[in-house]
Amino acid sequence: MTRLDAFVRGVWDFVVGDDWLTALGVVLALGLTALLANASLSAWWVMPPAVVGLLALSIWRAAQGGSRRR
Amino acid sequence: MGSNMSATETALALSVFLACAVEAVEALTIVLAVGTTRSWSSAMSGVGAATVTLAAIVAALGPALTALPINLLRVAVGGLLLVFGLQWLRKAILRSAGLKAKHDELQAYAQERNAASAAGAARAGFDGYAFAIAFKGVLLEGLEVAFIVLTFGANQHRVALAAAAAGLAVLVVIAAGVAARAPLAKVPENMMKFAVGVMLSSFGMFWGAEGAGASWPGGDAALLAIVPGLFLLATAMAWTVGRMVSATAIARTAAARVEATDEARASA
Repeated sequence: MTRLDAFVRGVWDFVVGDDWLTALGVVLALGLTALLANASLSAWWVMPPAVVGLLALSIWRAAQGGSRRR
Repeated sequence: MGSNMSATETALALSVFLACAVEAVEALTIVLAVGTTRSWSSAMSGVGAATVTLAAIVAALGPALTALPINLLRVAVGGLLLVFGLQWLRKAILRSAGLKAKHDELQAYAQERNAASAAGAARAGFDGYAFAIAFKGVLLEGLEVAFIVLTFGANQHRVALAAAAAGLAVLVVIAAGVAARAPLAKVPENMMKFAVGVMLSSFGMFWGAEGAGASWPGGDAALLAIVPGLFLLATAMAWTVGRMVSATAIARTAAARVEATDEARASA
């Protein structure tokens, strides 16, 4: 592994962590918020259910993985 | 930190304090292990070098971040804080449910001591191993805190307040470590990580949406609903997952007993 690879991997691990789906979900939710706000529509309501849904999904996936490992 | 701190600034300082205290407890364990096993002076040199590096990162990036347009800063920082916060929260919930091992400072201390002893005899004078392990431990544990200090501080234009809260947390942990002369095993780390996860996720959601152009009902007062709301929801999730894990364990035990009874009957 080159130093550049190690650096990129380190930054990825630091920012995204071990659940890339959550990071992707956050980006998509913020994107949808921006789209609605740019269209002069109410947009604040997008993030709360997105955050709760992403947390629940992330825990469910981790719990499934954990029970498969046992 | 005067008496004219707003509720948001108080929450900011508290979040940084808790996050920094948790990471400082973990860093203290590493430093204690290499300090007692090999060389205190070299371990403390490593701590000093890592602290200077972290301070340089905050000093260099702080002004650069505050110079960014506020909406760009908020959407980027809000998104990152949210990703961080959800990670902290998920791990805390999984630990409370027994699906992930809790961080055990005494075990971590024993492992670090064994590794330090296995690395050979400490050299007289400067010990490179003690320096490197203490430097790496403090830098890695501190990097996330430096990021939280920077992002929280830059968003509120209160980097100094965030840095002061982080510094206070380090001093409190060092004082407790000196008083205990042992790893701080009784600190409720998981509860603190849960609280930090709620705060990071709440502020990340609030700032991220604002930066993307949304207006929260009630402005900053929306945080008074977001923080307790997310806390309650996350607590409910932790309770539900814990119950499910217990129910599964009970069902497995019962199934194993039935199987053992059947086998005993068949062999009789």
